Amino acid sequence: MKGSLFQENRMADQETCSIGGDLACVPALNARLGPGCVLTGAEDVIPYGFDATAALKQRPGAVVFPKTTSEVVDIVEIARRHRTPIITRGSGTGLSGGSVPVENSIVMCLLGMNRILELDTRNLTLLVEAGVVTQDIFNQADAAGLLYPPDPSSMKVSTIGGNVAENSGGLRGLKYGVTRDYVMGLEVVLADGSVCWLGNKCVKDVAGYNLRDLFIGSEGTLGIITKVLLKLLPKPAARRTLLATFGRMDAAAETVSAIIEAKIIPCTLEFLDRKTIHCVEDYARVGLPLDAEALLLIESDGHPAAVEDDVTRIAALARRHGAIEVNCARDAVEAAQLATARRSAFSALARLKPTTILEDATVPRSELANMIRSIQEVAQRHGLDVATFGHFGDGNLHPTFLTNERDADEMRRVELAMGEIFERACEFGGTITGEHGVGLAKKPFLRRQLGNASYALLKAIKRTLDPDGLLNPGKVVDA
Amino acid sequence: MSPLALLQALDYSVLQQCMHCGMCLPVCPTYAETGKERNSPRGRIALMRAVADGDLSTTRAFADEMSYCLGCLACTSACPAGVDYAHLLEIARTHVEESAVNATRTRNLVRRLTMRWLFTRPGVLRMAGRLLWFWQRSGLDTLSRRFWLTHLLPRRLRELEPNTPRIQWRFSDELIARNEPAVGKTRHRVAMLTGCVQDLVFSDVNRATVDVLRENGCEVFTPRRQHCCGSLHAHNGDLETARFLARRQLDAIDPTKYDAIISNAGGCGSHLKHYNRLLADDPDYAGRAEVWSRKLRDILEWLVEIGFREPRNDAGGVLPVTYHEACHLCHGQKVSAQPREILRSIPGIELVELKEATWCCGSAGIYTITQPDTAARLQQRKLEHLRASGAGVVATANPGCHLHIQNGFRAADGRAPRVVHPVVLLAEAYRAERDSVSRQSN
Ligand SMILES: Cc1cc2nc3c(=O)[nH]c(=O)nc-3n(C[C@H](O)[C@H](O)[C@H](O)COP(=O)(O)OP(=O)(O)OC[C@H]3O[C@@H](n4cnc5c(N)ncnc54)[C@H](O)[C@@H]3O)c2cc1C
Ligand code: SF4
Ligand code: SF4
Repeated sequence: MKGSLFQENRMADQETCSIGGDLACVPALNARLGPGCVLTGAEDVIPYGFDATAALKQRPGAVVFPKTTSEVVDIVEIARRHRTPIITRGSGTGLSGGSVPVENSIVMCLLGMNRILELDTRNLTLLVEAGVVTQDIFNQADAAGLLYPPDPSSMKVSTIGGNVAENSGGLRGLKYGVTRDYVMGLEVVLADGSVCWLGNKCVKDVAGYNLRDLFIGSEGTLGIITKVLLKLLPKPAARRTLLATFGRMDAAAETVSAIIEAKIIPCTLEFLDRKTIHCVEDYARVGLPLDAEALLLIESDGHPAAVEDDVTRIAALARRHGAIEVNCARDAVEAAQLATARRSAFSALARLKPTTILEDATVPRSELANMIRSIQEVAQRHGLDVATFGHFGDGNLHPTFLTNERDADEMRRVELAMGEIFERACEFGGTITGEHGVGLAKKPFLRRQLGNASYALLKAIKRTLDPDGLLNPGKVVDA
Repeated sequence: MSPLALLQALDYSVLQQCMHCGMCLPVCPTYAETGKERNSPRGRIALMRAVADGDLSTTRAFADEMSYCLGCLACTSACPAGVDYAHLLEIARTHVEESAVNATRTRNLVRRLTMRWLFTRPGVLRMAGRLLWFWQRSGLDTLSRRFWLTHLLPRRLRELEPNTPRIQWRFSDELIARNEPAVGKTRHRVAMLTGCVQDLVFSDVNRATVDVLRENGCEVFTPRRQHCCGSLHAHNGDLETARFLARRQLDAIDPTKYDAIISNAGGCGSHLKHYNRLLADDPDYAGRAEVWSRKLRDILEWLVEIGFREPRNDAGGVLPVTYHEACHLCHGQKVSAQPREILRSIPGIELVELKEATWCCGSAGIYTITQPDTAARLQQRKLEHLRASGAGVVATANPGCHLHIQNGFRAADGRAPRVVHPVVLLAEAYRAERDSVSRQSN
């Protein structure tokens, strides 16, 4: 089982209380960054040994907090001189182990780079540093009557740098797309210390290869994103939220297909199964129907008349496909409560079992019902407890195994089940990860999805941009 | 230290409950101060887990981190995973004390004198209160401050001395009879806890609590010379004394005899509600503690539960009142809507929402003593929002917050709003109602 998914975490268990800081580059980092910006004490670095992914941890040698791009460049140069790997980190909410360190590495946390640099209301763009928290970007836009649509459930915590590095989605993905669709430009520090600006404020630009897109979703393995130029939209005039309750999961999946088929694109189409509903209600107490097998949280936004029309048609479709009940949120406050409740789904599931392992399989929307059934069947066959929720409108499911990392046998079965679920997703023309990235957790499955040629291309790019394996080594691919 | 220290002996699933999602980061005041993970809930739990796993020994830095935490429990309100951080912190702090990494002669002496001696003896505590009253009344405090006598005190204490609360001359036992009947028909029988700080400094709040209970059909039983509830001890790494005090409390009040046990101090109530867990392994007391925890209510929670009577009068004018949420009431006990409902019901009061109402004011038990700098910064942050609210009255339901906010305003220049427990405002409203009725009938 060497190199298996859940082995990594035990690395840390073997190491007892070795104080970091014996990294040779620490004095140089101290001299460059000044006191307080380089942490090496065991108590300081242990909390940077993991992200939000279950069962993965590794203590880094040091944690550094740059405040400017030029400090990032110098850190890269110091690290390169000492051949010390750099793990770039935002808020550590990643779900594929992307910011989990390797031994004797430097964690570079960008939370200190949190300035909003320019709101350009003539071009509808926002220029920010990579460490700005997603919610602050939303708020900044909102205050100017604009909308920054990507809203991962972690947006109160996650950074825009992390969002770009994972190409994160969110609840509004169905209508508005994902982070990639709002990135107009990036400032990136490469492994050799050079600083590149990729993109600009132009709506159209075909000068050279589209290098900007290469770094979106690159998970800290190709460069360090230091600034992001974002596209903003006018704020929609109206929005309405619906909650549809179903007695069967299939009925919910069919409703989603019917809505899409009827050429209605709501901005949000979220799904919760029975277990998730119970956990979420336990935490959020917003009055979710506890007798439902499945729930759809649907939001439509845009011109008031269009929204009204959409909502009526969606409600009718839901009823026709077996919804037990369809309710409309009373007001903006209740709508916000429902969205917040939905955002808590993943963490709330942790109420049930000690370890919560979440997957991110995504399929074309026409295959949703099939995928749901497959997940159920696989979990049952392996005797596992699974809960499913997700961005149904995007075909993005989050089957979540409720287990215990200390139960070696069950963990083995989880691993088998996960492999099978990924296999099914690929068979349905889907992907092993819709939005959480490959990181460590999905690395073993990447080649299966990409095929040999694409996989080799991926490796070639990594080797070219990071020949010394300095940037987040061991994530996505082994170069 | 025993071979298996507390954190190692702890049920591991309590630690595992934290799935390190980070959803608690934005609400943690100490993380907001430093931006470092170790100063966050997720980071602290990771350190506890590292100690439990044997990856980290119980170091001074670990002890410091546990002390730096406010214990404000904002993280528990934010945590969707249901992590019992209050419990984890109590265990970790007791673990630290048992490991003695922090021990020095003076510290041990001070802890023994205060926590183990002073706060376990109701008579002595009240006596100390009396002495303090004389000191303040006699003007000796101002005099000695003027002649720098207070400089004989160690620096920490000297800085705190002007913050010493004004002691009230009459404690609860003199203001409240052992048994007080309901006004009108008796619908509930309740026992009333007078607290220690509340009793020494805010016995008027206790009186108001009894008044309001009586107005709402409660017959009130108030045992004499009550013990400290032990929250001070439980929150500061002395679970053994906390258990001792909980037993004394259960000896004095048999919960089976009452419909509810009433507390009016957010910090105490939050601890009192957990007697069941504290005494779970005590065969003689576990059963009683279970009943106790089930019946314990904060006064504001209880009033709404029994459908309190809205005071009626034709108060002229509109007084803007804002509400600061005591951490252990809103996060510890999840009592947040009820105080607002009560304030809104009072004629002549307009409730103005406070920005960051649930953000800790820095009082946090003995935090002003253990972490004076952070406590002062959080106090300023709170004062700024309170000033911005424009309210002339600040309502809050915990003596620690009450004092800390009052002291903050006192130290600053300018107009200081009145700081008051919501129940006092309600009692005043009932009184005003009676006065107006008697005026009309005259
Ligand atoms: C409760 C919860 C809900 C979530 N919901 C969603 C969701 O709805 N949709 C979704 O897509 N994701 C979701 N996530 C996953 C996660 O929040 C996102 O992947 C997020 O973008 C990570 O941001 P971060 O700042 O925490 O990055 P980190 O976790 O710190 O890092 C993630 C990866 O990005 C790299 N990275 C970070 N910053 C930079 C940078 N400046 N330059 C280069 N590389 C960088 C890191 O090396 C790492 O590989 C959720 C997570 C949680 C815990
Ligand atoms: S305490 Fe709760 S919210 Fe915070 S990281 Fe742990 S599970 Fe998440
Ligand atoms: S109790 Fe308060 S200070 Fe301590 S970790 Fe939780 S939120 Fe932070």
